[in-house]
Amino acid sequence: MSNTLLEVDNLQVDFELPTGTVSAVKGVSFTIAENETLALVGESGSGKSVTSTALMRLLPEMAKVSGAIRFDGENLVEVSHSRIRKLRGNDISMIFQEPMTSLNPLHRIGRQITEVLKKHRHMDSGAARSRALELLAQVGIPEPEKRIASYPHELSGGQRQRVMIAMALACEPRLLIADEPTTALDVTVQAQILDLLADLQKRYGMAILFITHDLGLVRQFAERVCVMRQGELVESGTTAEVFANPRHDYTRMLLDAEPSGRKAAVADSAPLLLQAGDVHVRFTTKRRLFGKDEKFEAVRGISLDVRRGQTVGIVGESGSGKSTLGRALLRLLKSEGQLRFEDTDISGFDKSQMRPLRSRMQVVFQDPFGSLSPRLTVGEIISEGLRVHFPELNRREREQRVIESLQEVALDPLMRKRYPHEFSGGQRQRIAIARALVLKPDFLLLDEPTSALDRSVQMTVIKLLRDLQQKYDLTYLFISHDLAVVRALADTVLVMKEGQIVEQGSAEEIFAHPRKTYTKTLLEAAFLNDDRAA
Amino acid sequence: MLNYIAKRLAMAVPTLLIVITVSFFLMRVAPGGPFDGERQLPPEIEANLMAAYHLDEPLWMQYLRYMGNLVQGDFGPSFKYKDFSVTELIMQGFPVSLELGALAIALALLLGIPMGVMAALRRNSALDYSLMGVALGGIAVPNFVIAPLMALFFGVILGWLPVGGWNGGALPNLVLPVIALAIQQIAYIARMMRASMIEVLGSHFIRTARAKGLSEREVILRHALRPAMLPVLSYLGPAIAGIITGSVVIEQIFGLPGIGRYFVQGALNRDYTLVMGTVVFYGVLIVLMNLIVDLLYSLFDPQIRYDDD
Amino acid sequence: MTSSHNATCEDRRPDHVGGEGPNPPQAPVKGESLGREAWRRLRHNHAAMASLIVLALMTLICVVGPWLLPWGLAEVDWNAFGVAPTLEGFHLLGTDANGRDLLTRTLYGGRISLSVALVATLVSLVIGVLYGAIAGYMGGRVDNLMMRFVDIMYSLPFMFLVILLMVVLGRNILLIYAAIGAVEWLDMARIVRGQTLSLKRREFIEASHALGVKDRTIVVRHLIPNSIGPVIIYVTLTVPKVILLESFLSFLGLGVQEPLTSWGVLISEGTSNMQGAPWMLIVPASFLAVTLFCLNFLGDGLRDALDPRTR
Repeated sequence: MSNTLLEVDNLQVDFELPTGTVSAVKGVSFTIAENETLALVGESGSGKSVTSTALMRLLPEMAKVSGAIRFDGENLVEVSHSRIRKLRGNDISMIFQEPMTSLNPLHRIGRQITEVLKKHRHMDSGAARSRALELLAQVGIPEPEKRIASYPHELSGGQRQRVMIAMALACEPRLLIADEPTTALDVTVQAQILDLLADLQKRYGMAILFITHDLGLVRQFAERVCVMRQGELVESGTTAEVFANPRHDYTRMLLDAEPSGRKAAVADSAPLLLQAGDVHVRFTTKRRLFGKDEKFEAVRGISLDVRRGQTVGIVGESGSGKSTLGRALLRLLKSEGQLRFEDTDISGFDKSQMRPLRSRMQVVFQDPFGSLSPRLTVGEIISEGLRVHFPELNRREREQRVIESLQEVALDPLMRKRYPHEFSGGQRQRIAIARALVLKPDFLLLDEPTSALDRSVQMTVIKLLRDLQQKYDLTYLFISHDLAVVRALADTVLVMKEGQIVEQGSAEEIFAHPRKTYTKTLLEAAFLNDDRAA
Repeated sequence: MLNYIAKRLAMAVPTLLIVITVSFFLMRVAPGGPFDGERQLPPEIEANLMAAYHLDEPLWMQYLRYMGNLVQGDFGPSFKYKDFSVTELIMQGFPVSLELGALAIALALLLGIPMGVMAALRRNSALDYSLMGVALGGIAVPNFVIAPLMALFFGVILGWLPVGGWNGGALPNLVLPVIALAIQQIAYIARMMRASMIEVLGSHFIRTARAKGLSEREVILRHALRPAMLPVLSYLGPAIAGIITGSVVIEQIFGLPGIGRYFVQGALNRDYTLVMGTVVFYGVLIVLMNLIVDLLYSLFDPQIRYDDD
Repeated sequence: MTSSHNATCEDRRPDHVGGEGPNPPQAPVKGESLGREAWRRLRHNHAAMASLIVLALMTLICVVGPWLLPWGLAEVDWNAFGVAPTLEGFHLLGTDANGRDLLTRTLYGGRISLSVALVATLVSLVIGVLYGAIAGYMGGRVDNLMMRFVDIMYSLPFMFLVILLMVVLGRNILLIYAAIGAVEWLDMARIVRGQTLSLKRREFIEASHALGVKDRTIVVRHLIPNSIGPVIIYVTLTVPKVILLESFLSFLGLGVQEPLTSWGVLISEGTSNMQGAPWMLIVPASFLAVTLFCLNFLGDGLRDALDPRTR
């Protein structure tokens, strides 16, 4: 291609912690050419973000950096502070993962953009302002004249990320480092931001270092790819090469980690397990001491049937009401409308009426860090439900059940004596599954159970869920924003938006022939349309 | 904004009503009357006195009368300072207390904020530890201990500054009381500023500011300082209340003619109307100060809007 | 929102590298609870541990000391009026203007100050925790009303009402306990309410509801143990405040009455005698300052130990 812009040579980053030195990046080397997009891929803990932060010399002081980072021939590891400050925001810019917190909440966005221009281009206020307006228009902020005076909290997450991009591009940098720029955004917004970046790259002629955990995005977006694992670079090459011919086991594993497989549909004759008719959920958003409270309707009249053995997937973006619906179906939230579990009408059931049914309908939540009580041992957490529903069990029998359920989720039974904070995210999610399984339920509500996990861990959890379903004839209601996972697990899919069902049908049908525009947008955004076999 | 101020003032009314009512009835359930302490008065004179002060009326009428007068800014006569009304005494003392308090708050902010910022910027350094050690001392040692010790040292032993007295508010007379009054608040503000500065410096938007190529000075002055000051700003309400409370002992120790001293004298002399008048006055002051602080806060933080509820 | 699992943050915490391997690092089978971990962190904090020891000693000598010393609380040594610290007559820290042994009086005063701290803190703890937990757990309108009430209480010039109370109802130690406790519960209530509210939304509480666990059990097994950390921290911060308040009242001449004494009373006496007999000020002031210092250090240490993020 063309000239080398950035050359990272044997980069090493060590963190000096009170407990000892930890190497986060271990001798990584790669190059980026002008106008090129290089993707740095890895799971959490791979050192990809540390690498990108090291390029800008933004690491905390306890980090010791060695090796060379040559930008246009100049070694950034060695240059003076004032020199690196001249480069930052000017020749090299960065956008971050957290659009909600990366902008100064007390400054208007216009000021945050013009600040860079005044700093590096020495523009006066008028010139900086008109350039800022131009940039805001380029990144697709509607009514820039009006928005330039907004504070960050007045913008949506996607808009804030656009402002970040405008800020980063203000001085027409030669290298843009994009650290998971779309991870915190909804899929449809994610697609728009990536399109925007690609578009601006052409216009400004800059190189992009794209850091991500999502291989799907890489294929779409990057020309070359580097795969990192535990601080080391395990593989690099052109995107086409790496995807077609992964040489390293880890890369292969990552590629395989894109969930595959489909679930066969359940016969229409299977008995109905859960029925919902015209369910509404209203929240009080603002309580007034006197007068009327302000209400918000999160779920607006949803009906669905779940048959025994089915996996019903509910997909939607954040705020679509999918999690609220799930909780309402288990009567963890007050709702209006009809609810029926097997032959029992549970519509108006209160806590004590629901209690006997609780052992049959269980739930696994998204947040593996928040869903386990931090002060109880794993054994106590798992046996909590047993005490409620099987009071006749003695201590030994309870312990036996806990051991069995831990084995069921492939955890060492000895772990029952330990506390949740001693486990990793994937292990915690297994504990949460064990807590539900120990009651031998028929119905399991899975609320984004894999969303907080790395792809490779996700895959093992999905496999576990699949095996358990077969073994115990479980029925799942699977809530997720992640279409790839839903496609692999569900036989029936509901697409939700703004508290209503947009489209529903068999998984096969919805993924192959979506009828509604919104569903199509979702699918396109999730990059599922390009067939993986290609 | 105006709407909000009106609402807040409306909310202050019940608060003040509680203060006034509680004080009023507390005062009346107290054993004995205001003229018990002096030599036994002949019954007819006492009856005259009682009538003069309207103490012979039913309690509810006295209450209404007191409220009525209060609305007109009249706190009634002082029982001990016979020639003065409570309003006059308060108005005499207020300029002194105000000057002391304002200077103390200014000093607390001017010293506390830079101390906290420096400690945060040199986190875990010797400077940090010594600043925070001093701050902890300021919190741990009460001002009524520091004040006499300072008076002893700078006044008696070194003879640099007067031990007490107002002297028309001359600078040397102000130094010790203002410092004594401010010390605790300096300490609190410094600690708070350090903690919030450390938190802000670790936040994402500071990383963004650095990534823009700003110098460390620009990052701190332009981006970190204002958000880090928000907690200090919201602490100003309690700080003012603390300074008002502190002024009570400080004025007593240094013999300054402010409201605080009248309050203590009144309390010790059982001059009920004076004590009550001061309590009500302080109540109004604290409520008003809290409102002003909240309004200031909204100027500082665009995320806070007071246009609704 | 949904997939906000923060890879950056994970990356920046290199001590967690590789936590997700197929073979997690072998740890002892007996897990370490958060409480034990906090205690371990506290033990490494020298200032906090030293403070803890000093406080224990302080309590011990205040409780036991007066029995061992030859002088009584109000006992007058007719040979020693206002003498500086001396071995003669065993007045280790001198006597006051009335010939009473200062060390004895300071230790007695310490008993009062510490007992006020204990009782008043307990009062504020009980009221605050109950009030806050009820408001937080009930939520909605009840919570709204209860917190408006707290707001109103907050804006009262409480200190002055307490003083008024002392003036009117006379000086009485029980009254001091109650009055100070009544002032200090507000913060506790706010903290516990906030804690309860945020815990209520946590998924592990929701999971317990989904298991069919009874409300009472949830409160006892989940809510209380998980809010204990902030409460402990706050208690250690309340104790010095309470001691300070009591001595403030005593200093103004509104605290405990003769023959009882407290550190505040002694400091007040010392202040009026400081030119002739500085030890009368310095002795009780040092006892008070050391105690307050240690309590603050301990509070800071506990906060760091229980909430390591703030370090």
